[in-house]
This record gives sequence, C-alpha cells and structure tokens, in this order.
Amino acid sequence: MSSQIAAVADVRDVSKTYGARKALDGVTVSVAPGEMVALIGPSGSGKSTLLRSITGLIPIDGGKGKIIVFGETVQQNGRQVSSVRRTRGKLGFIFQQFNLVGRLSLFSNVMLGALGRLPAWRGVFGLWPPEDKEKAMAALHRVGVADYAAQRANTLSGGQQQRGAIARAIVQGAQAILADEPVASLDPVSARKVMELLVELNRRDGLGVIVTLHQVDYAIRYCERVIALKAGKVVYDGPSAGLDRPTLIDIYGPEFEDAFWETQA
Amino acid sequence: MTATPLQPGVIPEPPARSAGAWALDIMLWGGLLLLLLISFGPVDMSRLPLLFTNTDNIRLYGRELLNPPMPWDNPELWARLVGQMWLTIQIALWGTFIAVFLAIPMGLAAARNIAPNWIVWPMRRVMDILRSIPDLVMGTLFIVAVGLGPLAGVLAIALNTAGVLAKLFSEAVESIDHGPVEGVRATGAGRLHEIVWGVIPQVAPLWTSFALYRFESNSRAATVLGLIGAGGIGQLLFENIQSFNYATVSAIAIVIVVAVSLIDMLSQAMRKRLL
Repeated sequence: MSSQIAAVADVRDVSKTYGARKALDGVTVSVAPGEMVALIGPSGSGKSTLLRSITGLIPIDGGKGKIIVFGETVQQNGRQVSSVRRTRGKLGFIFQQFNLVGRLSLFSNVMLGALGRLPAWRGVFGLWPPEDKEKAMAALHRVGVADYAAQRANTLSGGQQQRGAIARAIVQGAQAILADEPVASLDPVSARKVMELLVELNRRDGLGVIVTLHQVDYAIRYCERVIALKAGKVVYDGPSAGLDRPTLIDIYGPEFEDAFWETQA
Repeated sequence: MTATPLQPGVIPEPPARSAGAWALDIMLWGGLLLLLLISFGPVDMSRLPLLFTNTDNIRLYGRELLNPPMPWDNPELWARLVGQMWLTIQIALWGTFIAVFLAIPMGLAAARNIAPNWIVWPMRRVMDILRSIPDLVMGTLFIVAVGLGPLAGVLAIALNTAGVLAKLFSEAVESIDHGPVEGVRATGAGRLHEIVWGVIPQVAPLWTSFALYRFESNSRAATVLGLIGAGGIGQLLFENIQSFNYATVSAIAIVIVVAVSLIDMLSQAMRKRLL
C-alpha cells in the first residue's frame, strides 16, 4: 500500500562532504510518483551526487540526513540499510557513460536488469526464464534497437547503447528512472530520442523520472518541474515555466546562456 | 643577412650534470665492477679456456650429439620419446588447469577494488609465498608426499603457477572500468552478480591470455621437473645424460624443442585472436 502513495524519493536534510568540499549541503526535496523532474545546476553543484545518493551508490554524511525511496529508508545517519539492494531494484539508473558491459551482447546487458528479482543462482549462471527473455526483446523493440540484440554492446553507437540502458531499466521493472546526464555524451538527434523515451515512460507507464541535465532548454522542454542546485543547496524548486532570466542568472551566473544547447530562451 | 632574434635576452647554457650525480654513477658502476672481480675466483672463471682447449672431449660428445638415431632407424625409441613428451604436456595441462581454478578466487580476493583490505593483504602474502618457492623445491616436497611420478609434477606446477596467475589476474581486475560494475549494481544485483557480469567479462580475454602463456612456460617447467623424478620426457633426459647416452639425449632434445615450439606457436596464435 505504502508504495502506492509513497514518494519516489524523499530526501531530508542530506549532506555529503568530499574532503573540505560540501557536494550536498542540507538538501531536502521530494518527488511524487509519476512526476518528471529535471535536476539542473552548474558543474559541481551536486546534481550527480544527489542522484547517486538516492539509489545508494554513494553513502551520505552521518547526522540527521535521511533518504527514503518508495517508503523504504535507503540510508540514514551515513549508513545504508541492508535492504538497499531491493529498493535499488525499483529504481532504474541511466548513466552518462551508459555503463553497459562492453563485451556482452546488447541482449545479455538488457537481461542483467532481471538480476535483482531472480533467485541468485539463476542470475550467476545466466539461466534467464523464457518469459524474461521475451520481456527483454520486447523492451529492446520498444526502444528501437532490437535488431542489434546479438551485437556486443561496445560495437554500438552511444545513442544505441543508451537506449539499451533504458531497455535494461524496463526489464528491471523499475517504478522510477533516475538518469544522470543521460544525453551529455550523445549527438543532438540521439539526445532527443533518449529524452522522448524518458517522457514516454513517464506519460504512458506512469514512471517517476528524475533526470539531471546540463542543458536548460532540455529541462524546460521535457520536464514540468525543475529543481536547481548551486554549491550543494537547492536554489529553485518549481515549475519549469518559472525559470525566468533573474532565476537563471542566480543559478548559473551572468553566463547562463552557455547552459543552453540548441535554442535561446 | 642575419636573422633577428625572436626573443630578446641571453640563451641559457644547456643543463649540466652535477658532481653528485657523477659521483653516484661512479659508485654504482665501480661497485658492480668490484663485485665482478671479487666473484671471479669462486665461480672458477679462470678455467673458462678449458672450453676451447679440451677439444677432444667436446669432439667426442659432439659427434654423438650430432648423430641422433633417426625415427626410421629406431621407431620404438621415438615412439617412446613422443609418448613421454605427451606425458610431460599432460602434466603441464593439468597443472595449469588446477592453477587457473585456484587463481580465480585468489585473484579476485587480492584485487583492491573488489575485496576489502583485510582480505587483500593476507591473500597477497600467500601468493608471494607460492611464487617464491621454486617449482623444483615444491616438486621435491610433493614427491615425498605422493611418491615419484607425474602427480607430484602436476601439484608442484599447480601451486607455483597459482601464485603467479593470481597476481596477474588481480592486476587485471584492478585495471577494469568501474562503470559497467556500477551499471550492474544499479539494477539491484548482488556482489556475486557484480563480479560474474561486471568484472569477469572485462578481464576474461586477458585472463585467458595469461593462462595460455603460463601453459607454454609450464610445458618447459614440466620437462625440468622430470629431472627430480616427476616423470615424462625430463626424467628420460636425465637418465640418458647420467648413462652418457648422448645420441639418445640428442633425440630427446629434438623432441622437446619441436614440441615446445609447437605449443608456443599454437598458444601465441590463440592469444592473438583473443586480444
């Protein structure tokens, strides 16, 4: 029941310190199921750190900070809870560098999405159930790269690999997608395709999506809500339509126009 | 017409070596020379000319060595030699196989990016010990344990090679790209899944190449192990040297050289395809 109402991610007063630098400084944000949220901010503002903390890939600082995903605590007081793997399975994670296993076929990579919910030994030997194999092919077909299923991932283009990564998240049965700069390493055409896939997963399947973006125009075009970070602090949290000139100058400084990829605001 | 200087000012002198650097060089090379002089007597270097004056002996050995029995002269002997060579290769094969089997968990446990420090450190010491014991010594110990014969050779090769391969394997694991491992982890997979799907595919070609290379050198090592009674062509070689049977020794040498070269070529071709 709780996962029906519970927020995709509930981040409460979370800090993360690297040496002397505070990557996150008392961040509190909450993302509801079915929301499509862009996380923006200049380089080093803490976008990736926040996203990675939510899925428990990096531990947060000790103290009162707490992260709750779908009603289950992921980490608090600087410690990850033991059920973090199960919770992680509900979140599909898309990386800037795709993070597919290069020497495995695209199909095998997509099958890895099933690891979290299969018995451990089946996963170790790669004994994928037939219905999961069908699911994987359906996912590859949906993102438009089913023809390359047998090819090694490292022989594919960036756009094809990133679509494969999205297929992996689909097979995973993720209830929300966290995407960390998913289009930063892609050409504009592939970038649009990937963003459109994320929007489709959000609209058609009702998946919550949190996506970090370098490009403000992409954030405005594809997401209704924008959260902006600057030096580890939330400086804007509201509708993307509310990102006016003074707000952008506040986030990026006077050279904010560099943060646009294609069109000027 | 003189070129106008592009940059005003005086061009500095090329860098010179300091007196300290010279002194260090002289000490290093002088020290080496001194060591060589001191060691001249103890290793009998004064008897080196015997190699050229003792020509009668050399000629006697040489005549026999250059006239090995040909396969068509003595087919039974050659069949036996090839059979023993095959046994030696089998020793190398099993020794390497057991070594790979041991080296996979050891190599993973000794990789800093996979295992915690309190496992890495003792595992590396175990590997150091395995590598530091020469396989001849290990073979002697196993002959005491399991008796004369090929099994002692297999075990000696297995343990020594396990130490070497585990080190090479762990270095390969330490140089992997962390991204794919993180990708697997993000799906909610467990530690074992991360290793099987994120790490192994990345290191598999390199690991296989290392294992093949060790098989090559193990077929040479297995020959030498025959000298201490671990069976195979090496044992035959030793027996024939001791009975001054130089013609047969020569035939054995031919078999060894041909077999080892063939294995070298084969494994090199396979390794090239892998990488």
